[in-house]
Amino acid sequence: MFARGLKRKCVGHEEDVEGALAGLKTVSSYSLQRQSLLDMSLVKLQLCHMLVEPNLCRSVLIANTVRQIQEEMTQDGTWRAVAPQAAGRAPLDRLVSTEILCRAAWEQEGACPAPGLGDGHTQGPVSDLCPVTSAQAPRHPQSSVWEMDGPRENRGSFHKSLDQIFETLETKNPSCMEELFSDVDSPYYDLDTVLTGMMGGARPGPCEGLEGLAPATPGPSSSCKSDLGELDHVVEILVET
Amino acid sequence: MLVTEGGVPLVPTCKKWGLEMGLSFFSKHLPIQEGQPWALKTPADIISTVEFNHTGELLATGDKGGRVVIFQREPESKNAPHSQGEYDVYSTFQSHEPEFDYLKSLEIEEKINKIKWLPQQNAAHSLLSTNDKTIKLWKITERDKRPEGYNLKDEEGKLKDLSTVTSLQVPVLKPMDLMVEVSPRRIFANGHTYHINSISVNSDCETYMSADDLRINLWHLAITDRSFNIVDIKPANMEDLTEVITASEFHPHHCNLFVYSSSKGSLRLCDMRAAALCDKHSKLFEEPEDPSNRSFFSEIISSVSDVKFSHSGRYMLTRDYLTVKVWDLNMEARPIETYQVHDYLRSKLCSLYENDCIFDKFECAWNGSDSVIMTGAYNNFFRMFDRNTKRDVTLEASRESSKPRAVLKPRRVCVGGKRRRDDISVDSLDFTKKILHTAWHPAENIIAIAATNNLYIFQDKVNSDMH
Repeated sequence: MFARGLKRKCVGHEEDVEGALAGLKTVSSYSLQRQSLLDMSLVKLQLCHMLVEPNLCRSVLIANTVRQIQEEMTQDGTWRAVAPQAAGRAPLDRLVSTEILCRAAWEQEGACPAPGLGDGHTQGPVSDLCPVTSAQAPRHPQSSVWEMDGPRENRGSFHKSLDQIFETLETKNPSCMEELFSDVDSPYYDLDTVLTGMMGGARPGPCEGLEGLAPATPGPSSSCKSDLGELDHVVEILVET
Repeated sequence: MLVTEGGVPLVPTCKKWGLEMGLSFFSKHLPIQEGQPWALKTPADIISTVEFNHTGELLATGDKGGRVVIFQREPESKNAPHSQGEYDVYSTFQSHEPEFDYLKSLEIEEKINKIKWLPQQNAAHSLLSTNDKTIKLWKITERDKRPEGYNLKDEEGKLKDLSTVTSLQVPVLKPMDLMVEVSPRRIFANGHTYHINSISVNSDCETYMSADDLRINLWHLAITDRSFNIVDIKPANMEDLTEVITASEFHPHHCNLFVYSSSKGSLRLCDMRAAALCDKHSKLFEEPEDPSNRSFFSEIISSVSDVKFSHSGRYMLTRDYLTVKVWDLNMEARPIETYQVHDYLRSKLCSLYENDCIFDKFECAWNGSDSVIMTGAYNNFFRMFDRNTKRDVTLEASRESSKPRAVLKPRRVCVGGKRRRDDISVDSLDFTKKILHTAWHPAENIIAIAATNNLYIFQDKVNSDMH
């Protein structure tokens, strides 16, 4: 469908789709979809931080994907902060997943076998998306975040959170990053720093464990390299400090 | 060697496989009290692991609710030759309970991640079961006799009035209804900071290993307060973490060798004789990336979800998202065989990433003679590949398509082009119906398939012997 820059003469509903996408003709569809993948990955990383038990393998794979995209975008020279207005306007459109991303970057041939599949999926996750709200949301380890808001509110908070992410990316201010994630307590990784080298036997006393936990809101002057957890460092890589 | 992609069976009829259903299937929800309806299905009933013991007489399943159910194969009876060797429930017990980690404010799931049987050394059976954090050794014993005729106690066990005792008797053992008793013998706790993904019993029958995302520990079966760390891939700085351990297994014959797989698709064979900490591998098995197939999802789909040594010990079988691969221990450069499980998903990776299906961890299995390999897929399909004939087949585990004594019909996924009557199109596949856990009897053509909360046991009556 997105053949290399050529406008295909199609009939029926494909023409309507093409008309709607006319505005995006100038933007390379590949970069758009790549951006969409980046957005999706960032949301996933945040979501898995909210869950009770983060799956480390999944987090690492998603973080690696984000890194890959960022590296490629840096090479392209397309790595720049996205304006908040753009983020606010069409985050839903950005989540259109297409099969182009599944193929090699330089191989843009052929029609996507089932673009409808991608579209069908867009609505699902977006409406299901829990409020990926800012750090001020209280933590409820037991209750599922999926039940917190209704679908309409979900969209609102989703807009807001993406805005925040892009805002912080634009300003490239480490302290904003910390504010965003400061309340997202990451005891999982903090405690691990304390427990490094624990080999079935020696257990730290309660005081040691508590000392090892980082303060919830580090001061604005502290660098991102404080013990805030892996997510912060992933974002830090994106920010290129 | 590439085999034709899964949707097109190379043999028009797979009757030669002739898998006939054994005792059809078991609903996973096992009544804990009598009279509980079999139709009850709760998330806790989702089967999370399946494992035959070394003789194949027993089959253990673990579920998300922390329960273990053991099935036993009925001995073949001359009276009813058609119902020979079918599996019945032998024992059910609660292995793990949910816990709360107060330091991290996180709940520890009771879901059983893996079960491994110990080789049988006496009349009792033993198995190891593990959740994310704690491994337990369970001993399963039978009691079919009980002593009667005590001198000091009466039938109910109450002490007798000594004045009524006029003579002495020797208690005799009388038969009773078979009772299966399960007791926890060891609890191996506090060995892991991260989530345990695999356990493996050593061929020395004295030690076993447990692997989490970043570390592998070696335990002695009799010692619970100590374990040795033999692999540690945790970086000094967690922000440098890019790779995790996904599975591990001891070599079936060489007690010093084990393999572990990573999220980047590599396998590392380690020799415990070389050093105490086996961070340096003896062999690294890695297939170079195909540049023509590279995408943002290449790394994710290369992550190995399961690794299994062949019974011979000569080969390893790995499963990644789209393929199963056979590796020769003597060749590190690339696998000797690659089989496409569901290559039609390659163009759907973005959607599968979005709905998280791309992170599903499928297991794989060898048959007893290492000639056939099996793995699960979506839509309750599972796939078998014959290494000798290069034939493959797609079968379905479902109530609707399976009646007792019926021959399983091969299924086909069509990817456009000519569509046959019973074909399923890629877009109508049900991605919530995934077969992650499968097991093959060590000697016969009997397979156990876990489809969400249903357990299917299929027996090949036509070809009972391995070939």
